[in-house]
Amino acid sequence: MLIIKNLHAEVEGKQILKGINLTVGAGEVHAIMGPNGSGKSSLASVLAGKENYEVTEGEVIFQGKNLLEMSPEVRAREGVFLAFQYPIEIPGVSNINFLKTALAEIRTHKGLPPLDAKEFLRLSKEKQKLVEFDAKLVNRSLNEGFSGGEKKRNEIFQLAMLEPALSILDETDSGLDIDALRIVSKGVNKLRSANNAFIIITHYQRLLEYIVPDFVHVLYNGRIVKSGTKELALELEEKGYDWLKEEAHENAPTI
Amino acid sequence: MMTPQDIPLYEEVVNGFNRLSAADALGRESSDLRRTRQSAFERFRESGFPTIKNEDWKYTNIARWLKDEYALGGIPGGSGGAAAYGAVAENVRAAVERARVAELDAYIVLLVNGVWQKEDAGGLPKGVELLTVAEARQDPALSGYFERPADGRERYFAALNTALFSDGLFIRVDAGALPAKPLHIIHVFTADHNLLVQPRHVWVVNRQAELKVIESVVTAGVGTGAEAADDKGQATAKIWVNSLTEIIVHSDAKVDHTVVQTPGERTRLVQHTTVRQKRQSLYNNYNFTFPGADLVRNDLQIRLEEDHTETHLYGLYLAAGQQLVDNHTLVDHQKPACFSNELYKGVLLEQSTGVFNGKVYVHRDAQKTNAFQQNNNLVISKKATIDSKPELEIFADDVKCSHGSTVGQFSEEALFYLRARGISEDTAKGLLINAFAFDVTEKIKTAAVEAHVNQLISQHIPLTHA
Repeated sequence: MLIIKNLHAEVEGKQILKGINLTVGAGEVHAIMGPNGSGKSSLASVLAGKENYEVTEGEVIFQGKNLLEMSPEVRAREGVFLAFQYPIEIPGVSNINFLKTALAEIRTHKGLPPLDAKEFLRLSKEKQKLVEFDAKLVNRSLNEGFSGGEKKRNEIFQLAMLEPALSILDETDSGLDIDALRIVSKGVNKLRSANNAFIIITHYQRLLEYIVPDFVHVLYNGRIVKSGTKELALELEEKGYDWLKEEAHENAPTI
Repeated sequence: MMTPQDIPLYEEVVNGFNRLSAADALGRESSDLRRTRQSAFERFRESGFPTIKNEDWKYTNIARWLKDEYALGGIPGGSGGAAAYGAVAENVRAAVERARVAELDAYIVLLVNGVWQKEDAGGLPKGVELLTVAEARQDPALSGYFERPADGRERYFAALNTALFSDGLFIRVDAGALPAKPLHIIHVFTADHNLLVQPRHVWVVNRQAELKVIESVVTAGVGTGAEAADDKGQATAKIWVNSLTEIIVHSDAKVDHTVVQTPGERTRLVQHTTVRQKRQSLYNNYNFTFPGADLVRNDLQIRLEEDHTETHLYGLYLAAGQQLVDNHTLVDHQKPACFSNELYKGVLLEQSTGVFNGKVYVHRDAQKTNAFQQNNNLVISKKATIDSKPELEIFADDVKCSHGSTVGQFSEEALFYLRARGISEDTAKGLLINAFAFDVTEKIKTAAVEAHVNQLISQHIPLTHA
């Protein structure tokens, strides 16, 4: 589904990603872990098409197409979804109109007719239930005055509505209490299927107790320094990141 | 700089005033009114048309529109006014349809070039009386409203209107009257040759009465008549509207006043409104200006002449093309314990220019004044400009006053968030503009009017933004 080859990217002239290689297949859940500042969120932003990131080398192929050539909206319509670490509050844009607009544009892109009001309402009700999202929040302004947990749940609600092929969850667990974490994870687990894939970016192993990954990668200093299965996450929880940092420095190419 | 002699319209109004003085029409006017006209005309002669050297017109250069010739409408020996209505009746009807607010249960009052089309009026609510200004002037009980100058010091366009006004609408609401439905006043302006129209309106809302008015300003096929076309068949006729409204809100009365300005190209609209508030009265004004007219200049002056009044002013201007939209407001706190709150928001597209000048004047006697003002602007295009100038002059010492002004662009974060959900850049910008305007539109108390205004916003957004 997604093939990242030797991806280099910089922001404001500073190199952040220094050769990422990653392949994600349909039906898989990949966790990307790593210490602060290792480039985890930058990778998510580059994949979603944030414009202040400049890709200097490498390529990203999504479902056989060159992802890097697409504008952020086309990436979304093709099936890439980024659950934001810090969802934006937009007063005056109603949550539900925003979703209606987004879904209509995605469906048009796929050559599907827009849902009529009734079908949309039914879908919205069904997904609200699935991710336990409060109906009152649906009609409010987008994220305005939402608590941290409500914002994150709204991201998962949007994910459920838009049914992307590839979801990237950028530190969705940060700022969540244990109940919210459980609800968010439950929602994601219900949405997992053989046809979609997830990249879960997290600092802590905690989220991975709820959403069990098929693969775990450790990002450090702009590169993936170690890959493994879910046991790697447990090892990291126990030993921290320092042993990996040392390993990474030993293995770093010398000039 | 243009001298008055270089401005064709200046000569036209001088000749027009001489014709008016000589004509029989003046014989039927009271000597007081004649004196008022004469003194206003002298003031206009002194001031001429405003230039950017005048503080109140510093950012609004109207020289380019004064190069055109205009005929003076509505006075003896002039042209335009009601007579023009028949010829373009179809255009007028189309304009009225555009102005209509869907699902609004209101009494429709139609004015064409300032002349009330009585035959189109349905029943009026009890306690509300409508007269043409010509009729009201004949009535000794009402003529005083026209004989006194609006404030006796006005210059420029306000003086010109006082000197030469002919038609308009007089509204009187009886004390204690609570009309069940709002009035929807539709002002249609139309011309088949270049024309200056100068309507004058007076509303008197008596004690404890309530009045809700929605005013729509539209044009009907300005310059689409055969005479108005150039040799390529392109419309060329222009219309200058110089309108003056005086609103008196007596004690304990409430007025809710919405203005929706959607005139078309080749329209130059100068609209002066003076509101005089008496004890414990409430006045709310919602002003919406949309792309179309070349020039829109609104002067909204609120005179708080007695204590314990409440005033809310909300404005939204959406400017596009080469348009210039200028809102000058004045809240004149003359007496103690009055509350005023003002929020104006502007969206400047393409090569448009916006001007906001909000003056709050607190007199020495006006203790316990609460006066707040805010102006926020979203400048969409690199070629658009805004001049925002809040002015607070406070001479009392026990007051709460604040003002603020911002000019900004789209939030990149918000744009990216919307685009990351599959929404195109243009649609995302449209959503953000709507969101920006929402603070103002949500203040409209009548749902149908709010929907109408929101629909007009979506109609103009998204455009090609740059």
